[in-house]
Amino acid sequence: MKAVTWRGVDEVGVEDVPEPTILNDHDLILEVGLSVTCGSDLHLLGGYIPAMRAGDVLGHEFMGTVAEVGKSVTKHQVGDRVVVVSFTSCGQCWYCTHDLWSLCDNGIPNPGITEALWGQGIGGGYGYSHALGGYAGSHAPYIRVPYADQGAFAIPDGVTDERALFASDAAPTGWTGADQAEVKAGDVVAVWGAGGVGQMAARKAMLMGAERVVVIDRFDNRLEQVRTHIGAETLDYEEVDVSAELREMTGGRGPDVCIEAVGMEAHSPGPQYLYDQVKQQLRLQTDRPTAVREAIYACRKGGTVFTLGVFAGLVDKFPLGAVMNKALTLRGAQQHGHRYIPEILDRMSRDEVRTEHLATHVMPLDDGPKGYRMFKEKEDGCVRAVFRPSG
Amino acid sequence: MTSALGNVASLAARAGGAVVRQVRSALEHGSGAGAPGAPASGWLVVSIYREPAEIDATSLPAPLAAYGDRIETRIRPAPGGKGTELAVRLTQRSSGTASGPARLTGGDPQGDLRSALRKAKQLIEVGEVLAVDPAPHGKRTATPAGAALEAVTKRAPKGGVL
Repeated sequence: MKAVTWRGVDEVGVEDVPEPTILNDHDLILEVGLSVTCGSDLHLLGGYIPAMRAGDVLGHEFMGTVAEVGKSVTKHQVGDRVVVVSFTSCGQCWYCTHDLWSLCDNGIPNPGITEALWGQGIGGGYGYSHALGGYAGSHAPYIRVPYADQGAFAIPDGVTDERALFASDAAPTGWTGADQAEVKAGDVVAVWGAGGVGQMAARKAMLMGAERVVVIDRFDNRLEQVRTHIGAETLDYEEVDVSAELREMTGGRGPDVCIEAVGMEAHSPGPQYLYDQVKQQLRLQTDRPTAVREAIYACRKGGTVFTLGVFAGLVDKFPLGAVMNKALTLRGAQQHGHRYIPEILDRMSRDEVRTEHLATHVMPLDDGPKGYRMFKEKEDGCVRAVFRPSG
Repeated sequence: MTSALGNVASLAARAGGAVVRQVRSALEHGSGAGAPGAPASGWLVVSIYREPAEIDATSLPAPLAAYGDRIETRIRPAPGGKGTELAVRLTQRSSGTASGPARLTGGDPQGDLRSALRKAKQLIEVGEVLAVDPAPHGKRTATPAGAALEAVTKRAPKGGVL
């Protein structure tokens, strides 16, 4: 079958790969309907997560139709239309049973790498390097889904494929940020990054009763999407001083909750951007934490900063003094999607969560390299490039 | 990113051995959370989300049972309702412990037991051991970085800080 693959740094290919097979009794094989590019893929393409091999199939945010089930699968049948969470989690360990699904003890067979990097292993992820298990990704006609009873969710009638697709990763990641940051009624919430995850974090914050939600980015079309489809306020960080604007908006206090949805390749117009770039390219730090720093300085005393963007390792000039002296709560997580997807699908069925606007460019697998180029370079207002394996 | 910096990034990332340097860098931060090391007692231990009564030292899952009397076991409740702590260690152990890099390059005498303990936990909690290979993939290009990553990945089930 044809698949979109990682061929090397900044090199995407389309090539023939074998079809997946059921390897464990709790697996299913999914015929992929739609599979979408994600900002975290760009870290793989840029070589910032150095655990990819040439030929690895990309893609971790997807939906489709069940084509085959293992003998221990009880919740799904051939022909079911499902969306699959991007993390592989067993549903049986202490972490899964306490709704901390991305921390699953049994999600990858090779935890030695992540244990060495972070002190503990975490759950696995599709198409997201050999550090997270080496599972094949979803930019292909078929994909194997382990722990299928836990990770696949039936899509309600009336919810389109294009909407349900984002219940795989963007929406539950945004939900994780707002919920785990414990947004409260009346809060002012600032979100750095107006991509799919940032937009969904803003939407969840609004649903949780935040008084004001403001999303920060520099791309006009994304900020327009935030205003039009999410209903939140926006700041263009190339046009205004974000910290000053946030102070003014909050009576000098700063936002109660600051959610960073940018990750390890943050951009900024200031001199620290050049500093972080040089250090990252020389491998003196693995991640550029520009937006995290700004969030920490902007956050009100006693507030919460949540790192929702993907970070891999070490950062420099981290304002720990501000975290300590301002009594901030600093949290982070990959998505605990199993916990949030039922709610998201229900809200999607009631039009309370809309995501179709994120899929700005839909194309066949053959256009994989073009799709990633458009997504990375934001060509033609690309917010997300979506692949439809059926053409 | 400026084009010049982009070129530097590409060159750096393409250079053979970049993966090895990154992993080694992380592994060799002695004060980091991932610092290698093992307790002097030699116990390897996992927490299993099952009641102690559900784990029988005389009827352990096959990966551990295969060790017979070459290992000793310790079972005790985990505090706070976190299940049961299952610890194993070789009855005859060499002195010293393998470094983090050694664990990912096959130089750790406890590697096989570490892998068996992880499999036993999965068998008790999930009922089967998760497989990944064969995973669909395209053409593998022969590069030093790719070979190094393949070697590390192959050893990773036996490595880590467990």
